[in-house]
Amino acid sequence: MQKTVNKAPLFHLTKRPVLKARETWAIRIASFFVAVIIGCLVFLLNGKNPFAAYGNIISGSLGKVTSLRQTIRIAVPLLGTALAITPCFKMKFWNIGAEGQITAGAIGATFFALTFPDLPAPVLLLLMGAASVIFGAIWAFFPAFFKAKWGTNETLFTLMMNYIVIGIVKWLQGGPWEGKPGSQIIPNFSKNAILPKVFGIHCGWIIVLLLTGFIFIYMNYTKHGYEIAVVGDSPNTARYAGMNVAKITIRTMLLSGAICGLVGFMVASGAHQTLYHSVADGVGFTAITVAWLAQLNPFVMIIISFLLAILDKGSGALQTNMGVPTSVSDIITGVFLFCMLACEFFINYQIIFNRKEKKEEVKA
Amino acid sequence: MPGTIAVRMRNITKKFGSIVANNDVWLDIWNGEILSLLGENGSGKTTLMNMLAGIYYPDAGKIYVGDEEVVISSPKDAFRYGIGMIHQHFKLVSVLSAAENVVLGLDIKPVLDMKEVSRRVKEISDRYHFNIDPEKKVYDMSVSEKQTLEIIKVLYRGANILILDEPTAVLTPQETERLFDVLREMKKDGKSIVIITHKLNEVMALADRVAVLRKGHFVGDMLVKDTNPGEMTNMMVGRPVTLNINRPLPVNPQPRLKISDLTVVNEEGVVKLDHVSFTAMGGEVLGIAGIAGSGQKELLESIAGLCPVQSGSILYTPDGKPAAELVGRTPMQIKQAGVSLAFVPEDRLGMGLVGTMGMTGNMMIRSWKKGKGVLLQKKDPNELALKVKEELEVVTPDVNYPVRRLSGGNVQKVLVGREIATEPTVLMSAYAVRGLDINTSYIIYNLMTSQKQKGVAVVFVGEDLDVLLELCDRILVLCDGKVTGIVDARNITKEEIGFLMTNDKEKGGSGNAENG
Amino acid sequence: MNTLLNLLISAIVNGTPLMYGTLGEILTEKTGNLNLGVEGMMYMGGAIGLAGAFYYSKFAGANANGILAVIIAILLSFLAGAAAALIYSFITISLRANQNVTGLALAIFGTGLGQFIGETMRVKEGGYITVSNELKTYFYSSPFPAFLQNIPVVGKLIFGHSIFVYLGILIACAMAFYISKTRYGLNLRAVGESPATADAAGINIMKNKYLATVIGGGISAIGGMVYIMTIAGGVWNHEGLAGEGWLAVALVIFCLWRPLNAIWGSFLFGALMILYLRLSLPIPSEIYKILPYVVTVVVLVITSMRRKRENQPPESLGIAYFREDR
Repeated sequence: MQKTVNKAPLFHLTKRPVLKARETWAIRIASFFVAVIIGCLVFLLNGKNPFAAYGNIISGSLGKVTSLRQTIRIAVPLLGTALAITPCFKMKFWNIGAEGQITAGAIGATFFALTFPDLPAPVLLLLMGAASVIFGAIWAFFPAFFKAKWGTNETLFTLMMNYIVIGIVKWLQGGPWEGKPGSQIIPNFSKNAILPKVFGIHCGWIIVLLLTGFIFIYMNYTKHGYEIAVVGDSPNTARYAGMNVAKITIRTMLLSGAICGLVGFMVASGAHQTLYHSVADGVGFTAITVAWLAQLNPFVMIIISFLLAILDKGSGALQTNMGVPTSVSDIITGVFLFCMLACEFFINYQIIFNRKEKKEEVKA
Repeated sequence: MPGTIAVRMRNITKKFGSIVANNDVWLDIWNGEILSLLGENGSGKTTLMNMLAGIYYPDAGKIYVGDEEVVISSPKDAFRYGIGMIHQHFKLVSVLSAAENVVLGLDIKPVLDMKEVSRRVKEISDRYHFNIDPEKKVYDMSVSEKQTLEIIKVLYRGANILILDEPTAVLTPQETERLFDVLREMKKDGKSIVIITHKLNEVMALADRVAVLRKGHFVGDMLVKDTNPGEMTNMMVGRPVTLNINRPLPVNPQPRLKISDLTVVNEEGVVKLDHVSFTAMGGEVLGIAGIAGSGQKELLESIAGLCPVQSGSILYTPDGKPAAELVGRTPMQIKQAGVSLAFVPEDRLGMGLVGTMGMTGNMMIRSWKKGKGVLLQKKDPNELALKVKEELEVVTPDVNYPVRRLSGGNVQKVLVGREIATEPTVLMSAYAVRGLDINTSYIIYNLMTSQKQKGVAVVFVGEDLDVLLELCDRILVLCDGKVTGIVDARNITKEEIGFLMTNDKEKGGSGNAENG
Repeated sequence: MNTLLNLLISAIVNGTPLMYGTLGEILTEKTGNLNLGVEGMMYMGGAIGLAGAFYYSKFAGANANGILAVIIAILLSFLAGAAAALIYSFITISLRANQNVTGLALAIFGTGLGQFIGETMRVKEGGYITVSNELKTYFYSSPFPAFLQNIPVVGKLIFGHSIFVYLGILIACAMAFYISKTRYGLNLRAVGESPATADAAGINIMKNKYLATVIGGGISAIGGMVYIMTIAGGVWNHEGLAGEGWLAVALVIFCLWRPLNAIWGSFLFGALMILYLRLSLPIPSEIYKILPYVVTVVVLVITSMRRKRENQPPESLGIAYFREDR
């Protein structure tokens, strides 16, 4: 037979046994530093001193009380939304419609804010909160129902729902809820419709911290949480265990949408004090990466959402002080996400390098 | 025997995580022979051949084709050396046609000429008397058509060495016979054929030579004409196998489940169960025999409330209470009606267990609804997990270690341990010992028997007729969704059951032992 | 008649960027990769394509060759998208990370980078970036001679469009031919339907997935450039691409993953986007604009209900492949 030029592959992959938590986190922290270094390159390429740039990001986001407050204000909806999609992702229901569910919730809240601006604040805020929860849940219901009933692809469905509701807001802006004719702007909420501040930040931060505890308990210590975990692992086992998979799918999605809706209430009432078409401002998408990177652990989500908020807020300082466009924060965020996503590979797989030549062992 | 060697495998080792699937294995394949690769489930036969076919890459060892050392790192490499494998789970793309599947991945001219492909497929079909429509989409094909297509695929590639992984498991006897004829024909053409199997009769009927694997080790090889089933079994299991399963006579059997005229039609409209009627008695083991896919799965699942039933009835009679109808109830409703039903399904990790959870989490599958309020009760399942771990000697670092990382035997112990802990009145199991070593198998047999002695109605779906004959009191035989016989396991031979399984009425035993 | 004709023509203009985005994503998804980063890739293509044309016109000055400018813009935007898709491919194919999350990360990264480049250019060049009017016409106007365009009624409809319309249709036809009539396309489909099968048949999964995703990303990114150079008038503004990339993801579903459908599908979506300008029905314009998404949802629901095998998404869409998975 003729000689073939087929060499042994340099390496091959196998799944590795479960790593210790310490090793896992060591890999993640290492990859975080890789992201920081790549970030340095981004600044260097742009002719900026990376140390000064990072310094600006830190001081711009944490340096003063006011900037710290703003950073937290950015982190609040991120954390809230990441918490909201946690049950869905645990169920392997890829809800990427948080953006739309937030917006739907904001519409619900705005309806009451505009219709009853003079109600006493506690009553009005409660009404707005309730409406936002219901609107968010309704928006989540459709994809969940069709998934449960006909297996309709939820990733694509929830994605489409985002743009439908954003279109509806645009129409409200220019139509029924328009303030000054021709302005395309919905008027600001009345004082009673604005979330009160605690320590200078709208009280949404208290709500999301409570939610963090709630989701942690819900996922780990309740029957619902157990059902979600089983359905996510194997729908057949769930049926075997007597669970109603369709019901669980819909219920979980309603919860997810409801929390997203609540986040919508917080951003409309607390942050923007009005409704406009990009009231969710990409939070629904970024939060997905937050939830995923935190491995669906609510407490880790606090850290990651805060980290992304620092980047976001800090980039504002970068622009003022160093003339770097704010969009650099999206680039750095992207780099950070890429590195963190990539590092999971090293946690789950092992690369085995094939040694060149092994002495042939002769068997008798 | 022609003496030239086609393939030599030397010192092959392959590990999956902590499981050693092949350990220092040697194997020769000769030109123009039919070699049987014999071994129990889990002995590493498929893994070994997968390395020859380029699906897996060995962790250590060498492969020679002819006299030349080769590296097979992908299926494409395997084809280049004339090696083709027909996997147990068919590797076909269901939205493509037969002809499209055949040319998949081939280095033909860039623009497809499907007419030409169809013509060549036809040529091969004629050569070996296959009957296949090149235009037919795979999703419209029957199992045996798909297997035929797999064989054509390999032949089209000009393979000289064909590896078939348990090809008869899904075939009727007639189809098996036809397949064997085809394989003999190929041998005549000078091709080498490796057939992976654990069925001795197939080795005797077809192979020239047999090589035996046991627990990932190569045990030995010999010419079939120089050996006998006894010797092969010894090599396979490592010790003489008179199963000697303890089988006490049933004490005061009571009708527990009365199934009448049960008919199940699956989503594709195929009749999977056709007016099945029988009674399972408390205090006895009822075996279910049949070729894979004869309706066993649907039968158990419809009793468990997991499979929609077209018509018929499943009556459950508890001790001294009125009977309850199970058809139309969900698993939860069945449980709430006070029916204590334990079910060990075939797909352990896909249906019975949650792979990502530990033993404790898996114990909760049966108890998660317990307790008032929204909170989950974890204490009792945790204790149960510890108890099962100790009593059944489950090897796991921790009761919270994901069960999918455990070996097959330990996974099954977790599942069976949990099911028996529910103190069932009916215990159903499907292929409960598949992939388990002899020791674990005996643990399972003994658990079944002890349940029977407690008055439980045990339904045992099995594939090994020897086991069924020694474990069960009665055996129900399914063929194509129909009951072809219910026989007394103590007074019937393997051959007679074999005939019933293939619905060969003329030769089949007439001994119907329907009780009640 | 004239209204209808004008409607058709502007539908085609509006739909063309979408056609590229969709075609690229079809190629990507055919191999089982759901790349949700289309918006990001189109941003990058838009910014870098514009940069290419702008700096070329700046350096070449009066000698600038319009055709060369178009080619530069196409090439650069393609490379930008391909590079972005390469990052996505490495993370999802080689490192097997979750496709949805990686795609979203790419969308964030790409829109950021696109904006960043656009902004930086704008600041450097004194606040306004645009290509000279003379060059612009090469991006707008038809490559066909006047007499063909002057044929009554059909002249403008068939011969009156920019070069990008014809290039897009050409790519669609080529892609359709490639996917359904060549062995490479057959292999590609097999990879997306059942990677384990394709692998066993000796098809190089990595190569197929990488190539399709990278080339697909490049094609999508051309769409971004076409948007900036034609619809946005060759100017970088804050609005960027206004969600064209997400609409492309929708259109892929609407087209049932078939390149030829992308031609009329993108024109239809283009029509839906501008219908409010042409038809004075008592329906608010914003409601028209959500029609493409609504229609897509309806298509998605109907195909999942009908369960016709040929109309389903590629079976392995969104799932990473690892050969030794047991």
